[in-house]
Amino acid sequence: MLLELSSDQELFRETTARFLERHANAAGLRQLRNHPGGFASDYWRRGAELGWTSLLVSEADGGAAISSSGLVDLTILAHEFGRHAAPGPLVSTNVVAGALSAAGGDKALLAGVLSGASIATWCVSEGAPHCGIGNMSTRISVEDGDLVLNGVKRPVESANQASHLLVTGRTGDGLTQVIVEATARGVSILPMQGVDLTKRFSVVRFEDVRVPAANLLGRVGEAAADAERQLQHALVIVLAEAVGAMQRAFDMTVEWAFERYSFGRPLASYQALKHRFAQMATCLQASHAIADEAARAVAEGRPDAAEIVSAAKAYVGEYGAELLQECVQLHGGIGVTFEHDLHLFLRRVTLARTLFGTPEAHRRRVADLIARKEAAS
Amino acid sequence: MTAEVESLESFGERARTFIRGNLRPVTRREVASALRAHRTDEEELAEVARERVVQRMLFDAGLAGVCVPREYGGQGLTPAHQRVLNAELRGYEYPSRAQLPTFSPCLAVLLEFGTEEQKREHVPAILKGEELWMQFLSEPSGGSDVASALTTAVRDGDDWILNGSKIWTTGAWWSDWALCLARTNWEVPKHAGLTVFIFPIKSPGIEVQRIEMLNGSKEFCQEFMTDLRIPDRYRVGGIDAGWTVGARWMFHERMGRNSPLVTAPEGLTRSSGAGAIMCSIARAAGKLSDPRARELIGEAHSLELVGNALRRRIGQGIMTRTMSDQASAIVRLFAGMADTRRTTIAFELAGSAGGVWAEGDGDLAEWGIDYLMRQAICIGGGTTEMAMNVISERVLKMPRDVTPDRDLPFRDVPRNRTSTG
Repeated sequence: MLLELSSDQELFRETTARFLERHANAAGLRQLRNHPGGFASDYWRRGAELGWTSLLVSEADGGAAISSSGLVDLTILAHEFGRHAAPGPLVSTNVVAGALSAAGGDKALLAGVLSGASIATWCVSEGAPHCGIGNMSTRISVEDGDLVLNGVKRPVESANQASHLLVTGRTGDGLTQVIVEATARGVSILPMQGVDLTKRFSVVRFEDVRVPAANLLGRVGEAAADAERQLQHALVIVLAEAVGAMQRAFDMTVEWAFERYSFGRPLASYQALKHRFAQMATCLQASHAIADEAARAVAEGRPDAAEIVSAAKAYVGEYGAELLQECVQLHGGIGVTFEHDLHLFLRRVTLARTLFGTPEAHRRRVADLIARKEAAS
Repeated sequence: MTAEVESLESFGERARTFIRGNLRPVTRREVASALRAHRTDEEELAEVARERVVQRMLFDAGLAGVCVPREYGGQGLTPAHQRVLNAELRGYEYPSRAQLPTFSPCLAVLLEFGTEEQKREHVPAILKGEELWMQFLSEPSGGSDVASALTTAVRDGDDWILNGSKIWTTGAWWSDWALCLARTNWEVPKHAGLTVFIFPIKSPGIEVQRIEMLNGSKEFCQEFMTDLRIPDRYRVGGIDAGWTVGARWMFHERMGRNSPLVTAPEGLTRSSGAGAIMCSIARAAGKLSDPRARELIGEAHSLELVGNALRRRIGQGIMTRTMSDQASAIVRLFAGMADTRRTTIAFELAGSAGGVWAEGDGDLAEWGIDYLMRQAICIGGGTTEMAMNVISERVLKMPRDVTPDRDLPFRDVPRNRTSTG
């Protein structure tokens, strides 16, 4: 989370925080446990009115950033999402809205996503053995002027709520991106199970799905740079959300350490525990620092953006999940009950660790980027 | 002329021109092996001499003491100017031995607590590279508990007589002046009986012994003060008020490279370009394409990027007062955790050459020695355990640990069973 917010950014943060406190409180989240979509469509529409879907969209397309960088503004929002373990497809709608706006895609669809009336999601990741970053087997070929898709994408966020899918697939040596209606012939959507209480994911299968060339975003075989930018956007949002959830869990645990007495002393007075809190505080600040740095690097289009955003995912992915486990340990038995709120954040951080590349995959990507730089110099 | 502040652009241009025209570029290898003990004493002294010259060149170019007031020979500019200089220095030689601890904490303490006379005498001399300073702080009787100093100063007319021993002083054998914490009152609790002094290291009554570290380095020293006589004008701050000075001293020490008084190339640390260094080890070990090696390379590099971002965040937080000064302990703890991990990674990448190597092993050689010294980063400059105390007690405001010595007259405080002090 940024150290200093402008007054406009602070107002934006506060408005969303108040809204989430009312509409995404812990009791409400528990009720959504068995909800097929994980969020109510009215909730999402009202969130869209607060600006949840417009930050990566150009003004000409109806978007509105708060500061000079909509992506940085979006991290403020994502941080609040994390702090509340809030429901809703924040990552996928924003990535697709940003991609549509950047590539001059379907205006009606973009307007629908902006207003919250439509959900659009990004089909990019694939299962093993193609779960590495950018390692995909889904093919998009050109036949008689149409585009034909074959492959399996997973996990795809909110695919069962989405009207449209942005699919990234391989055409020869390059990447191609197309918009596919979720109801198109040959598309099948199979819900998955997952650790988060309200986030829903699906396996989306494409079997000879045929779409007109008008659905292309960018050019056939030339979408690698766009897909990379989308991946960076997705990572920046996931990171900010994870750090928000880490902050909330840490705050809860510090408070607990002051309130909980054993052997006549508060937990916060034991040096063995204080040192663990110091390590957690350090890890938390480091996570804030690198997540914000990643957002700035991506927003400014810096040449080292890929390296920094991957370093951030490698660090926050690994240490964030460990921090949450420490919070559980310091809570003791109550920390592993459904009744206590801690698991809401444990779930969110655990999920974040796995999305858009594991820490392991991102560490390798950092090494690949360095090796490439070394070879070039 | 009004006091117009030089623009960052103009300052940067001036710095760039000077640096490119006068300073020597350094190689990544030099940086990687900077901490290794390969120098002879003659080489070490030659480097010290060169750094004094470079410091003088910076002074003559109007680039020394960027944030030091003009009346003491500084530039009277801002931390932002210092950052510009640090960025421009990246990849070039710089007077590293003249920076720490001379500029922070020593110069910082003088600026805050020194008398006008002390400031006029020493600040310009420091800026010109004429005086290299050391901290006479830790003692053999106890490292982290600095307020338990046993070195004693007794008043004798207008003078003070000092007796005792200090330790872990980097390069005291080639340094000029010392900032020293001494006990002036044994009848009050430990924090209330301390006083800070300055004096030339090459004084009769001071014996400097060098300590050989397990890697062969002899950069650290121990000093023995025997009836060292110094005038009262060498006192900094009030008598028995040494902890008022000491608390700020500790803060400036923790700031280290992050202090706006210190000139040090941005990003150019021992671990700079960790990824590139790890790549070179993996390549020499023939496993650059091994997925496990790649993961380790990425981890080492990521930790460095995270550390840089953290340093900037905490620095900004302290400067804008959104964080307390004590938050600098977070940077210190992270550096300890990340650096030990990086050292382990280098050792692991070197494989069996980590333990035994031969001439011609190139980038594979000597990582085992670094590994033996791995914990030094978690010990020097305040242990990571102390940092954890500061973070939990001062940043998170958790209850302070039981300190039985706090309210006892220092004379009655239990001390080490074996006599080491």
